[in-house]
Amino acid sequence: MIRPGSAATVGLMALSRIAQLVAVILVIATFNFVLVRAAPGDPAQVMAGQSGASDPKLLDDLRKEYGLDKPYAVQLASYLGRVITLDLGYSYRQRRAVVDLILERLPATLLLTVTAFCLALLIGTTLGALAGLAAGSVLDTVFTVLSLVLYATPVFWLGLMLVLVFSVTLGWLPPFGYETINVKLSPLERVLDIAQHMIMPVTSLAAIYLAIYARLMRSSIIEVAQQDFIKTARAKGLSGPSIVLGHMLRNALVPVVTVAGMQAGALVGGAVVIETVFAWPGLGRLTFDALLQRDYPVLLGIFLILSIVVIVLNLLTDLIYKLIDPRMTTGAA
Amino acid sequence: MNRREFTQAMLAASAAIPFGITRAAGQTRGGTLNTIIQPEPPLLVTAFNQQQPTLTLGGKIYESLLKYSADLKPMPGMAQSWEISPDGLTYTFKLFPNITFHDGKPMTSEDVVFSCMKVLTETHPRARQNFARVASAEAPDPLTVVFKLKQPFAPFLGCFDCTSAPILPKHIYEGTDFRKNPLNDKAIGTGPFKLKEWVRGSHVHLVRHEGYYLKNQPYLDEIIYRIIPDSASRALALENGTVQLVQWTDVEFFDVQRFRAQKNLEVTTKGYEYFAPHQWLEMNNRIAPMNDKRFRQAVMHLIDRDALAKRVYFGNAKVATGPISSKTKFYDGKVKRYEFSVDKAKALLDEMGLKPDANGKRAEIKYVVPPYGESYQRAGEFFRQSFARVGIDLVLVGTDMAGWAEKVGNWDYEMTQNLLYQLGDPALGVSRTYVSSNIKKGILFSNTEGYSNPEVDKLFDEAAVTLDEAKRQELYSKVQQILVEDVPVAWTLELEYPVIYDKAFKNIVSTGIGSHETFGSVYKS
Repeated sequence: MIRPGSAATVGLMALSRIAQLVAVILVIATFNFVLVRAAPGDPAQVMAGQSGASDPKLLDDLRKEYGLDKPYAVQLASYLGRVITLDLGYSYRQRRAVVDLILERLPATLLLTVTAFCLALLIGTTLGALAGLAAGSVLDTVFTVLSLVLYATPVFWLGLMLVLVFSVTLGWLPPFGYETINVKLSPLERVLDIAQHMIMPVTSLAAIYLAIYARLMRSSIIEVAQQDFIKTARAKGLSGPSIVLGHMLRNALVPVVTVAGMQAGALVGGAVVIETVFAWPGLGRLTFDALLQRDYPVLLGIFLILSIVVIVLNLLTDLIYKLIDPRMTTGAA
Repeated sequence: MNRREFTQAMLAASAAIPFGITRAAGQTRGGTLNTIIQPEPPLLVTAFNQQQPTLTLGGKIYESLLKYSADLKPMPGMAQSWEISPDGLTYTFKLFPNITFHDGKPMTSEDVVFSCMKVLTETHPRARQNFARVASAEAPDPLTVVFKLKQPFAPFLGCFDCTSAPILPKHIYEGTDFRKNPLNDKAIGTGPFKLKEWVRGSHVHLVRHEGYYLKNQPYLDEIIYRIIPDSASRALALENGTVQLVQWTDVEFFDVQRFRAQKNLEVTTKGYEYFAPHQWLEMNNRIAPMNDKRFRQAVMHLIDRDALAKRVYFGNAKVATGPISSKTKFYDGKVKRYEFSVDKAKALLDEMGLKPDANGKRAEIKYVVPPYGESYQRAGEFFRQSFARVGIDLVLVGTDMAGWAEKVGNWDYEMTQNLLYQLGDPALGVSRTYVSSNIKKGILFSNTEGYSNPEVDKLFDEAAVTLDEAKRQELYSKVQQILVEDVPVAWTLELEYPVIYDKAFKNIVSTGIGSHETFGSVYKS
């Protein structure tokens, strides 16, 4: 007999969670497969067409090589079989393993998106909190207008304008790329070189999210400030800073964390644009190219990895809720 | 120059050598050329992928037997000389000695025979059609290659540029699955430059092939192809000197004029003679009203092609008179001309019975916009306005590359725009669009419009196997007259892509294939 709270129970729970996760991933993989195939277009045609010449033999060869000549259901079954064994397949176009392609591009995208995300979150919530605490003041108005402008600015436009000002006119920053090509640099110099290349893409990508978090944090702070428990804290004679840091911020962060958790996945969408403008060798561009080429294995591989990232981020968001708001643990919130 | 001056000049030249200055007729050795490749090629082996970027980059790595001048005359490539038997059936090529692959192994006639007859016939659709005409290919000695044809094929000597017949190492590919050979990543050819590094998404770095067979070449130390996906960023890279060369569609047509004004840059439209990009408005001849010749003639009249060249392509184009480009052999400009005339277009439409209804509308036609950049979108809008003048609603349908390829390849379209390279000879790059034997469903760049005329078929077939140039001209002149009367597609423009480069670099455009060339003779002054 298995007793509640025993190691066996925990083990069973963990197993059931893992089984759930595998099931969710398989469902997502199936959806991805169906969605990608629903778009019109045949990868063999695209490849043959771009060669400026195509003939029946080439098309047949390509379709056979990619398994596109098999029935749809067989292709799906074989894909799901490979997903279970963690085999993401082979790129039609680049003739390389999808895992290699993704791993090659992932670091650049992570560097870009994680830095942008952290900066947006840190600066956005700080500015939002300051504006919220000083609601109605000049500072609040300036912050609000600024965040509204940033929110409304198209990412690609901001990127191009930054290039125009800081690269073309002032010549301060490199206009594109991940690092300077064809020069020998010490490790420290290389880090600084990459950091310099990151300034404009990160700023462009972070701007809109910074605005979102700032606006959210501002309204959240204003709302929390009117709650009874803040009045109680004041009545107890707590100091201003300890009310703000210990009570207001913690509660005001809940909606920000929710939105940030949901938007972490969407950052990759922004990265597609930014990586194109700044010639940043990341996953976003790989996705875009694969989509145009109907390179199904690459697309499915990227979608699957992103889906897993979103699932993990949702789990993390749940955990962070529990840290900042203990009521969530008991479900009393 | 007298004897004293000559002696002084020789002394000065010999004195320069110890200081590391190696010159041959003014060429200086050394330097890096930064340029652009877009979109990023999927691989660099031109035998397995013939997309334009692959050919531009692979042209430095892989060579073939011949090159072609701007007037499309054959010039020595890896073959220093060639002979054709009087019956036009035997072609004998003599190779330069001491040609080596990038791995140090010698390149011999065996490699040529293996590449043309085993690899390219398997992996290269264009080459497959060319070498299918070969009865046998032999390598009697390491420097001699003999091709014997089944029947004469007039443009056979035009099938050996580095994009059509790249030579691969037999010792690496023999007995392997060519497309999956692990050494494809190394891209081993005989060209003046070899692959040093390919950082995907960032750049491709080529360096000098030290064992190159032509003395002193290549002059440049290295070429770096940067991958910059956004056209505005590419223009910026050229403007601020990050790159010193752009080609094909690297910069949009509307940016070209701006670069003409930049003093350190040279802008030329030379170097595309072999390709001669020819553009047309394609009409599905199977569907009404496009199945009526008078409708297609009306289309020729209702498009102001001069304005199209000026407004949409910013002057980087020339009005096409018919199926053969003025840059291609056997062009004949003495054909029926369709001047811009809305009245003539209306008269033709009235005559065929396509009259306007009470609202002035004659027809609604779907036009699939090719997804290859801004110019195509603008051209679509230009056509819509042109058709509106005679009461035809052109509905623009957007799609992506895959969607366009599927619609056009499977004849599931009414109108679209198309562009094909002419490859130096009508038998190589023109007839494929009009002969009925090439109406093949599912195959892009075949006779997708579905035009069929037995007389045209006969003329094209005869011209391909006729060796006498005057007779060929006669046949092609006749076929041009018939086609211009029938208007299977509405030819619009001969596009003139630019090559824009820093004036410090010389010989960037030295042949009819321009920036696809090997760049062995390019130097920095």
